[in-house]
Amino acid sequence: MLSIAGRKFASRLFAGTGKFSSSAVMIKAIEASGAEMVTVALRRVDLNDPSDDIMSVLDREKYFFLPNTSGARDADEAVRLARLARAVGGGDWLKLEVTPDPRTLLPDPVETLKAAEVLVKEGFTVLPYINADPVLALRLQDAGAAAVMPLGSPIGTNQGLLTIHQLEIIIEQARVPVVVDAGLGAPSHAALAMEIGADAVLVNTAIAVAQDPVKMAAAFAKGVLAGREAFEAGLGSHRTEASASSPETGLDFLR
Amino acid sequence: MRIVCNGEEREVDRDIRVAELIRTLELDPALVVVECDGDIVIRDEFESHTLKEGSVVELFRFVGGG
Repeated sequence: MLSIAGRKFASRLFAGTGKFSSSAVMIKAIEASGAEMVTVALRRVDLNDPSDDIMSVLDREKYFFLPNTSGARDADEAVRLARLARAVGGGDWLKLEVTPDPRTLLPDPVETLKAAEVLVKEGFTVLPYINADPVLALRLQDAGAAAVMPLGSPIGTNQGLLTIHQLEIIIEQARVPVVVDAGLGAPSHAALAMEIGADAVLVNTAIAVAQDPVKMAAAFAKGVLAGREAFEAGLGSHRTEASASSPETGLDFLR
Repeated sequence: MRIVCNGEEREVDRDIRVAELIRTLELDPALVVVECDGDIVIRDEFESHTLKEGSVVELFRFVGGG
């Protein structure tokens, strides 16, 4: 079973809770995904619409909240958001993300490492969102990150595992769980991430904006399960030459 | 007195406490976190923490996110 920082998770699919058309659809989709870990974001209260609050919608007995630091553009902003998330009752777990450029939303490696060092010292369980950089993954692991969350492709792009070769190196080297996050647009992408040995995947956009988010959530759950089972079963290696599936003996009568 | 709450000026009672402000705004104190002049006010201090003229107050809560 997946274990992060000593906590066990039966599902290897983590679900994001953003971008859903309504709370009702979100609840049903999260349920269908089978996810136990869900990400949430911290924002200013909209004083004109204070009802827009996820803690009153999702059952915290049932789901483990992983607050993110989305919106942070440097380490200081991420640390501020982390402390606020903890104060609101989000616990000590944190998806650390520092994305200075709103166009690419690619994570800043220097600021992420800086923030991780501060937050680990403050007792946070830090899961940093990173580019698929094997060197950075090791640096964060050494800094005390509880897991690393490398991207498959940029957030919300549905492009799948553009970074697969770096992901394979990260997975091979990691002593902490690897959660492939961002860009997974189809269950096959999630399955591929699991097949190469990722410990879990985080999916938001592909489920939330699907025509039928509930059905898509169930499809991702199956993809993750299939990929994990294939990884555990042991996939065959690639070959350049063919290898017959049918017996090559007993053909003497033909020639 | 006047304070700045989530970026907007607001007229409130003199020496209003954080808990009262939250009630006035019809928010659930269990679901919000408060920052006052850059410092986090923990929930246990909502009842005792008083705001001053010109205090800059930020209220946050969790929303859907990835």
